[in-house]
Amino acid sequence: MNMKNLIFTLLFFAVAMFQSSFVKAEGEEEKVEMSPENRHCLQCHGNKYYSFYNEVAERTEHKLMNPYFVIDSVSYLQGEHQGHYCTDCHLEDYNTYPHAPELKLEPKISCLLCHDFSAIEEEVSQSVHYEALGDQFHCELCHDPHSNKIVKSNIEELIEYNNSRCLNCHNNIDKYQLLVSHKNPEILKTHSWLPNQTLHFQHVRCIECHTAVNDTAEALHHILPKEQAVRKCVECHSTNSMLSNKLYKYEKAKDPKGGFYNTVILNDSYVIGANRNKYLNNISLLIFALTFGGIFIHIVMRIIKRK
Amino acid sequence: MESKKMYLYPVWLRIWHGVNAICIIMLIVTGVSLHYADMEYPFMSFGLSITLHNIFGVIALISYVIFFAMNRLFLNGLQYRMKLKGLMKRLIDQGKYYMFGYFKGEPKPFPISEENKFNPLQRVSYTVTMYILMPIVIITGIGLLYPEVIMDEVAGVNGIQLTALLHAIMGYFISLFLVIHLYVASVGKHPLKNYKSIVTGYHEHE
Repeated sequence: MNMKNLIFTLLFFAVAMFQSSFVKAEGEEEKVEMSPENRHCLQCHGNKYYSFYNEVAERTEHKLMNPYFVIDSVSYLQGEHQGHYCTDCHLEDYNTYPHAPELKLEPKISCLLCHDFSAIEEEVSQSVHYEALGDQFHCELCHDPHSNKIVKSNIEELIEYNNSRCLNCHNNIDKYQLLVSHKNPEILKTHSWLPNQTLHFQHVRCIECHTAVNDTAEALHHILPKEQAVRKCVECHSTNSMLSNKLYKYEKAKDPKGGFYNTVILNDSYVIGANRNKYLNNISLLIFALTFGGIFIHIVMRIIKRK
Repeated sequence: MESKKMYLYPVWLRIWHGVNAICIIMLIVTGVSLHYADMEYPFMSFGLSITLHNIFGVIALISYVIFFAMNRLFLNGLQYRMKLKGLMKRLIDQGKYYMFGYFKGEPKPFPISEENKFNPLQRVSYTVTMYILMPIVIITGIGLLYPEVIMDEVAGVNGIQLTALLHAIMGYFISLFLVIHLYVASVGKHPLKNYKSIVTGYHEHE
């Protein structure tokens, strides 16, 4: 290799390396680190166990943390409130340990102090949850502020994440009975009428059938009594499928051509009745019309010849 | 004219034909109801259509297995075999007879005999229906009954979508076959003669 070629080769690799490092830097998500203030709280609340020096007994004690008070730091950093300090929502007094007993009696901060959710509030006030629990029902029962996030990556993940919010109580007797005294209904039994149950549970959210149909996103907070939930299959399995207005409302069809109805659903699923094909329908009707036309002519000829 | 009777359709064949006919009619009715499901024009409830479609689909599958096995065991299977040489000419001759010769009172180009129960058009259409369309519609139907067994994606397209499309297209062809089959059965001196044959098993020669 002569000197000229060597220089070109080195230059080529230098540019390629620069580009790859540049692209990597652009593609990488901004890494959010836990603030030192939050680390202070997570020393105890980030683990199953915590230790502290008991001044009365004059020894270090190792205790089990209440599992409902354990914060998953990974989920926290992926959640919407990642940049917030614990003390943005919890009182500063929690910085000292042992926490003062009266702190437990302090009412929790409301999400509405920061968020303007008036339309959602209106929907929630009509929902079956609010009717059953009144003011005991609040945002964080469904939207854990320590991990709540908006899933944008794909529909399947969105469905799983969204349904986990419902199942968090409806599939957990302890959490369910924290709010009501009766036993939670067994979801598999109450949905036994649904054909291909697993497939439905994997491909639609609970709120598809259990919320009022409306054009606004807030309507998904108006959870209906079970008697009013969707039970008519055709509400999804038809050309004017409500799935296009709910689950797929903000999605764009990957391939809008091809003559299918509700093309956006085809991004992830196939729904009988909703994804029928215009071209196929028209061709089949034409073939049937021609066949019946031919039969009609043949019948007429038979009648004429008989005379 | 003195008529000659031939025993063409044994009991098993007539029972199979009857069961299959009921299944196909029910599957077409419920299939159309599912395909054209609509809130404003409910022909049959979607849930009922699904249940009936599944039940008659399973019966049709069992009926097909019996048909397939009996055709392997008995001579009836030979009716579904044909020589390719000269087939096109035989099909054209039969077609010409239905379109022109029949009205002129010409004799049938391929009269029915015990060895040759079907004319060339019947032989081809019955064979295509029973050995191509039916297996495809049954296999895709089993897939749709257990959608979890279907591949997620085939060449970038949703597996269930492809299966459902193929199932619907086969359904169209079978429906088309049914319409033509029912009409052509009425072609003859007496429109009901062939319908009677498939009930009694005897074919009356004109």
